[in-house]
Amino acid sequence: MLLIHCPYCGPRDETEFSYGGEADIARPLEPEALSDAEWADYVFLRTNAKGRFKEQWVHTHGCGRWFTMVRDTVTHEHGETGVFGGFEPDAVG
Amino acid sequence: MQRYSIISLARNALTGHRNWPQAWRSPAPKLEYDVVIVGGGGHGLATAYYLAAEHGISNVAVLEKGWIGGGNTGRNTTIIRSNYLWDESAAIYEKSLQLYEGLSRELNFNIMLSQRGVLNLAHNEHDLKEMSRRVRAIRGNGVDSEILSPAEIKKLVPAINISRELRYPILGASLQRRGGVARHDAVAWGFARGADDRGVDIIQNCEVTGIDRQGGRVTGVQTSLGPIAAGKVGVVVAGHASVLADMAGFRLPIDSHPLQAMVSEPIKPVLDCVVMSNAVHVYVSQSDKGELVIGAGIDSFNSYAQRGSWHVIEGQMGALVELFPIFSRLRLMRSWGGIVDTCPDASPILSKTPVDGLYFNCGWGTGGFKATPGSGWAFAHTIARDEPHPINAPFSLDRFTTGALIDEHGAAAVAH
Repeated sequence: MLLIHCPYCGPRDETEFSYGGEADIARPLEPEALSDAEWADYVFLRTNAKGRFKEQWVHTHGCGRWFTMVRDTVTHEHGETGVFGGFEPDAVG
Repeated sequence: MQRYSIISLARNALTGHRNWPQAWRSPAPKLEYDVVIVGGGGHGLATAYYLAAEHGISNVAVLEKGWIGGGNTGRNTTIIRSNYLWDESAAIYEKSLQLYEGLSRELNFNIMLSQRGVLNLAHNEHDLKEMSRRVRAIRGNGVDSEILSPAEIKKLVPAINISRELRYPILGASLQRRGGVARHDAVAWGFARGADDRGVDIIQNCEVTGIDRQGGRVTGVQTSLGPIAAGKVGVVVAGHASVLADMAGFRLPIDSHPLQAMVSEPIKPVLDCVVMSNAVHVYVSQSDKGELVIGAGIDSFNSYAQRGSWHVIEGQMGALVELFPIFSRLRLMRSWGGIVDTCPDASPILSKTPVDGLYFNCGWGTGGFKATPGSGWAFAHTIARDEPHPINAPFSLDRFTTGALIDEHGAAAVAH
């Protein structure tokens, strides 16, 4: 089991979290302008990196917030976490 | 190749079994092959075998970074079945099951196929309705499947608990009598021996580190034993498909996850069919050695680490002892993990790629073992003819662009 450092709540067991897959996949701003291949790229194609991998988690059984985390997919070594939308962990009650 | 038979067994017994020939050679790689297969698991070896046996292409190398059958082929729970919902899936998995049924004879190698039946349990009203729909669809495709009542399940599997007091009571099951298990190592070894006999070079401890291309066409591979030129390259690397695709300059719709399996201490015969439950999420069979072979779901996160989390094992053990209270005092002997490449629609990819002469067979998720011969058979056709066989044409990479997905998430039951 992973020990995940929620940027809002601190280190907690993996079982408190749900996985959101690869991070930084932004929804296209002009969806009607996309070709089928570009849609396939957005919806389905993934980096699936071996090694350092930026992913997103949600603290389902905790604060309920989404955040990003860099993790090594070979060693499971836990890297830096990040937050979405400009919220600063310290600024959030 | 020395044929295995009762006579060869008796003859070798007279010399204390010291003179059996090697089942396959260990040649040094040649500088060039017509076809290089990357990955010496069951699917890769089957591909090489059918290239030689069905298409007359024997100037073939199978490159394996470790030892053959040492990846997911040797780590799965050996379940074989073809009871899939969609027509496309039924065609390829049923082709595979039919090849399995003749495989020991074809390969002159006992793969220990045991068609002991596969039970898929239903635990609620929705499960029952879904199962009824699925069984009708399966039978419509000419694949055997039937529905059992709890009493019939109890007769077939006396150790199971059909009490209505369970949190998730057993309300029914579908049964594929032709389903069962086989010896996973033997499948790899049998295909290896058959391929080698037809001239295929099986090269172990040879890791592919690059895919050479020129003008949009594959020209060979870089390996830990040096460059090898190839007219065509087939990549069959469960757990590392995205890594190999990256070497060839494209991405796949695949995420890699750990999947664990485990065995109990050996006990006397208690379970003579395969039991799978989608809702409480566990599957179990008993090996010929007496061990219970147990598996369940993947870890949620992406990983290449070949190990999974303890809480996943705890969950499936809870499910197992609820279904089979008498297993509660058994000890686990071993658990292990493999890396499975999962597709968004829980169906595999057997396809041409953006690179000419480069073919990928991947994305079998948690259920590739049952497909080993059919997958190799269809992939060999795809490589030999440079076009898919009708049986694997629906499993192209293009489906993620066209939207013609083959959604087997629910239909496959847990239950790969």
